[in-house]
Amino acid sequence: MIEPFTWIQVAVAVLAGLLCLIVGFSGRKPSDLTLGAVAVVELLLVIQLVVAIVAPFTGNTAVGSVLEFYTYLISALLLPIAAGFWALVDRSKWSTVILGVAALAIAVMVYRMQQIWTTLPQ
Amino acid sequence: MTSPNERLQAKPVSPSSASPKRGISGIGRVLVVVYGILALGATGRSFVQIAERFDEAPVAYTLSALAAVVYIVATVALIRSGSGWYRIAWITIAFEFLGVLTIGTLSIVDPELFPAATVWSYYGAGYLFIPLVLPPLGMWWLARHRPNRGVAAGATGDAR
Repeated sequence: MIEPFTWIQVAVAVLAGLLCLIVGFSGRKPSDLTLGAVAVVELLLVIQLVVAIVAPFTGNTAVGSVLEFYTYLISALLLPIAAGFWALVDRSKWSTVILGVAALAIAVMVYRMQQIWTTLPQ
Repeated sequence: MTSPNERLQAKPVSPSSASPKRGISGIGRVLVVVYGILALGATGRSFVQIAERFDEAPVAYTLSALAAVVYIVATVALIRSGSGWYRIAWITIAFEFLGVLTIGTLSIVDPELFPAATVWSYYGAGYLFIPLVLPPLGMWWLARHRPNRGVAAGATGDAR
């Protein structure tokens, strides 16, 4: 992983999550804005996947468990897709809240991925 | 074309009338999603633990796997309607609550018992205490959304 990129990713996911929560609790259905924010989060995860695949060839290898890292990464990649489908099927304000919950969960997962990449497993 | 009796899948008996949309209304949807994410997280971690180092702490890792399965069942039970699923939701959520309280306490009192982290260690601190907070929320929500006719689910035998 590239650390600065990871922190940007965490920040974007947190912001997208808060945005969706606020917009959702104020009663809005999923919109281009909220779905777009989550789409950006997903895009960054795809980039992270590419980085994770390429990085070991440049000498930037994971210190922790690679299997665990990819379990998190793939779980995280699935979340926006699941939440996005939910948002398209169920047009209610709660779907917007759900988009926010998914984005915040991704922020935590990316943070955890950074930990796994840089520290030895206990 | 096909014989009508071909479909023998045991579908959950749906209350024909007044089927309450218990699993899919309002903030309950958010609850379901959080349960789903927790199920995903617990399953993922359990998969890694068992695949990589089951021998190190078989008890803790088996418990992780069990917890993961229970979270999945709880998620499904929250989505489905009907008194059977309602009871399953109660049982699984109560089990989780019991689990997080028991294992959480044990992991503090006697850390050596659980050398490796489970979802429930330290009251779910590794999961932002969501495993501790979620079951009471789930039970509160279940209590407020009983299936039709307010049968005291859980206490009765087979409610249909």
